[in-house]
Amino acid sequence: MRRRAASLLLHLGLCLAALATLLPLWWMGVASLSAPGMAAGAPAWLPRHPTLANYAAIFTRLDLARYLLNSTLLASGVTAISLLLNSAAGYAFAKLRFAGRDRLFRGLLVGLVVPAQVAMLPLFLLLKELGLVNTYGGVLVPGMASIFGIFLMRQYALSVPDALLDAARVDGAGELRIYATVVLPLCRPILVTLGIFTFMGTWNDFLWPLIVLTDDRLYTLPVALANLMGEHAQDPELMMAGAVLTVLPVLLLFLALQRSYLAGLTAGALKG
Amino acid sequence: MSAAGAPAADAASAAPVLAVRERRAARWLLAPALAVIAVFFALPILAALALSFTDFDIYALGDLHFLRFVGLDNYGELLASPRFWTALRNTLVFTLVGGPLSVAVSLAAALAVSARLARFRAFFRTVFFLPTVTTLVAVAVVWRYLYHPREGLLNQMLATLGIAPVDWLGDPHWALPSLILLAVWKNFGFNMILFVAGLQAIPAQLHEAAAIDGASAWRGLRDVTLPLLAPTLVFVAVMTAIGHLQLFAEPYVMTGGGPSDATLSIVLLMYEEGFRWWNMGQAAAVAFVLFALILVATAVQLRWARGPAR
Repeated sequence: MRRRAASLLLHLGLCLAALATLLPLWWMGVASLSAPGMAAGAPAWLPRHPTLANYAAIFTRLDLARYLLNSTLLASGVTAISLLLNSAAGYAFAKLRFAGRDRLFRGLLVGLVVPAQVAMLPLFLLLKELGLVNTYGGVLVPGMASIFGIFLMRQYALSVPDALLDAARVDGAGELRIYATVVLPLCRPILVTLGIFTFMGTWNDFLWPLIVLTDDRLYTLPVALANLMGEHAQDPELMMAGAVLTVLPVLLLFLALQRSYLAGLTAGALKG
Repeated sequence: MSAAGAPAADAASAAPVLAVRERRAARWLLAPALAVIAVFFALPILAALALSFTDFDIYALGDLHFLRFVGLDNYGELLASPRFWTALRNTLVFTLVGGPLSVAVSLAAALAVSARLARFRAFFRTVFFLPTVTTLVAVAVVWRYLYHPREGLLNQMLATLGIAPVDWLGDPHWALPSLILLAVWKNFGFNMILFVAGLQAIPAQLHEAAAIDGASAWRGLRDVTLPLLAPTLVFVAVMTAIGHLQLFAEPYVMTGGGPSDATLSIVLLMYEEGFRWWNMGQAAAVAFVLFALILVATAVQLRWARGPAR
């Protein structure tokens, strides 16, 4: 009897918490499908006068297709390049023997305590000198490698058996070839995890693109959305459609790959 | 650091040619990533320190001849500036109130989804995690309407309870708490996952032993679960504090730092000084204050972790 009461209470609490967690996202969807002016007043559970007009409008009137393209290109580019660079360095730190390796790695880890914001002011001046301010390159370049990514790759690459690498060496394979054909396939799980992290991180990033992009044709979705929020404060339904468009790609990516995402998250944290 | 296993080391010494090749390969594999980090991270950090000792402003941005070394003047000016103290106070409140609240909610959620009685665990875990993958600027669009003084859901719920409406984002007393609530909603799922993993690492026999000894659920939690969860708790606390100290996007899109600077944060101040007014020397000093805060938070919590053993 007590057990059933406890179970009931627990699930009641879980359901209420789930409801509270989903409510803002649900309401975002409902409002984005409501006719203009309908989202005002009491929030509804279902859209009143459902319409796709807001979605049509964000593409025709607000040109969100361009921002969607910018975000997609930048997040994909940063992800691809950083996976390549971080995995190469992580593997070298884990498995290749050279003088001063562990000292260099420990020195690198010290950088983890420095917040990215400290680097941003001189980074902006540096990129300005290089002519990269207000270009895709300006957003891309600082994300091409990360200490955390190298760390995560190294921890995983440590588990690659040395015997396998030595066997490949005896077979006459060059070191770069071993990295590409032996190590990378074995590191697939961590590459997927780090890839999702990087893609989502770049997609959701706000401060740096806000700083380095001044031309609204290059804006990423979050920067464009923040900019439109002021102008279109009177069109909540329109802004909600923009918000859905921004959130949906990463939500779907997470739902599709959540197993490797969550596994990587806990592995990274526990080893850290 | 026993990365290179002993048997492999024998093989390498037997073939010095291979060792040379390995060194050369390491250089090629490391160079791109380390070059990026050196040029676009390490160098700017050192430059930021130098920048904070100069009066770099919009004139220097046009012509470096206007740049002057001013020693510690930027730091002195900060300490004399009421806006800096406001930003510092807001950031500390956000961190010291919002941080523990966020960790507590995460822990409660983790205990609930990990409870032996709980069903549909994977479903609840996924639902609770969803806000953490969303884009803050996008969910801010919704939350601004949830907080709307007339039409917002929050005030309508209060109205049904007969409570007068609150101007959540427009009232200096409520603006920062409103951002704390948004941050808890947005982030608690992340720490929850870490706690769930920590809870899974606790052997089930310990809970059973406690139950057999007649310990209540509360005592089991206090005397068995929480002490064993301590390493996770410390890690989560440090990461949460560091994340909260970097508060920026929430006030930028929700309140613009207002009303009357009630939600101005350290990073928002740095952004305004550096990229709105181009007082980059001053902004660099603000950035180093942030750095110092993060170092202190890390040191305090690591110390507290090692502290009096229970």
